[in-house]
Amino acid sequence: MDKSLALLGLVDTGSSYGYDLKHRYDEVFGRGKPIAFGQVYAALARMIRDGLLTTLGEEAGAGPDRKRYAITEAGRDRIREWFSTPDRPAPELADNLFVKVVLACMLDSDADELLDMQRSEHLARMRELTRIKQHSPLLERLAVDHALFQIEADLRWIDMTSARLTDMREEVRRNG
Amino acid sequence: MADIALNPATTVPARGTPLIRAIGLHKSFGATKALRGIDLDVNQGEVLAVMGPSGSGKSTLIHCLAGVLAPEEGQVVIGDTDVTALNADERARLRLERIGFVFQFGQLLPDLTALDNVALPLLMNGVGRRAATVRARKWLDRLDISDQATKVPGDMSGGQAQRVAIARALVTQPSVIFADEPTGSLDSVAGEKVLTAMLEAVRESNTTVVLITHDARTAAYADREVIVRDGMLSAASRGVAA
Ligand SMILES: Nc1ncnc2c1ncn2[C@@H]1O[C@H](COP(=O)(O)OP(=O)(O)OP(=O)(O)O)[C@@H](O)[C@H]1O
Ligand SMILES: [Mg+2]
Repeated sequence: MDKSLALLGLVDTGSSYGYDLKHRYDEVFGRGKPIAFGQVYAALARMIRDGLLTTLGEEAGAGPDRKRYAITEAGRDRIREWFSTPDRPAPELADNLFVKVVLACMLDSDADELLDMQRSEHLARMRELTRIKQHSPLLERLAVDHALFQIEADLRWIDMTSARLTDMREEVRRNG
Repeated sequence: MADIALNPATTVPARGTPLIRAIGLHKSFGATKALRGIDLDVNQGEVLAVMGPSGSGKSTLIHCLAGVLAPEEGQVVIGDTDVTALNADERARLRLERIGFVFQFGQLLPDLTALDNVALPLLMNGVGRRAATVRARKWLDRLDISDQATKVPGDMSGGQAQRVAIARALVTQPSVIFADEPTGSLDSVAGEKVLTAMLEAVRESNTTVVLITHDARTAAYADREVIVRDGMLSAASRGVAA
């Protein structure tokens, strides 16, 4: 998962200092694996360079920890593009999708839509595999079945999450 | 009586054009709005999976498409027949002649043998007993359950009974099959076998299938899926970009 997008999304929920962003990230997405300060500042610097972020009321010569970051219109576009791009079904998917859904709830973006698109992407991949399976020898069929069950597990998570979006939005707002 | 041709081949459009067209369907049960504006095309020969949460309106949708229920608003056209313009008797005739149904369970007549269950729709369509029996046997054979012909449903396994139900739905060579969780009561291996047997038969005859399922592995056998949520199709199902 691209951690800078998660950081960008967090800045979109309200301008913030690097220090606060790091702690906010750990709290929402860290799940026992905190992000390093160095990684946060490197990502922020890159996004400033790319025009996705800007700094507010910067004191001359202030160090990175004294800067207050805000998202730009280009940054918002980048988030929208990210939300509207379904992930390819793959083992690392859960991370990226999880972050997208949580941020979509925080930003009042259409998380239902995002999950629906993801569902279509998964089902399209399952259809593809099912087609392959129908013309395969038994051993290969077993391997394809394994892949199918894994995608299906993702889909169940998507269905479950979709059913819990209302609760999730409330919880995210309470903690925000 | 509306003009409903017995031979679907003469009235259905070629593959790739819609065989079923639903426009603006609304259906309520008292205060419950089960369908809230559904537009849907299903092409000739297409296998469409209908998915979505429990209570979202999937069964109501296929009942409206099949003329079992009459929507309060909207139109359903199958082939050249405006289903929503038919009265209840005409709809019953349409179902008998052009539509096959497969449900999760409890659909076979318990006192009839597999063979008689499958022959029944033909007899109801006026086919003679002898011809009906020959055709019923052929379908039992195609679904690989000839050995069950003389058994009653209670003496068959769930998977065998489902195959009989599918043979019964296909025996009249309908233009459309509506299936509501047809493999829902079977384990995944048995379910997959029943499903592939059904799909093999329908693909050969270019029959259109609308299949409700909550199971993604089953939906993956379809050509396309739509998601019903709160009585509407999801944006992704309508082909609307986010
Ligand atoms: N005959 C009926 N009388 C009253 N309410 C009904 C009737 N049939 C369906 N409903 C209601 O309409 C809504 C949609 O029901 P429907 O059976 O179409 O859902 P479904 O998507 O098929 O659900 P499931 O996956 O549980 O079968 C539900 O709220 C249901 O309670
Ligand atoms: Mg139902």
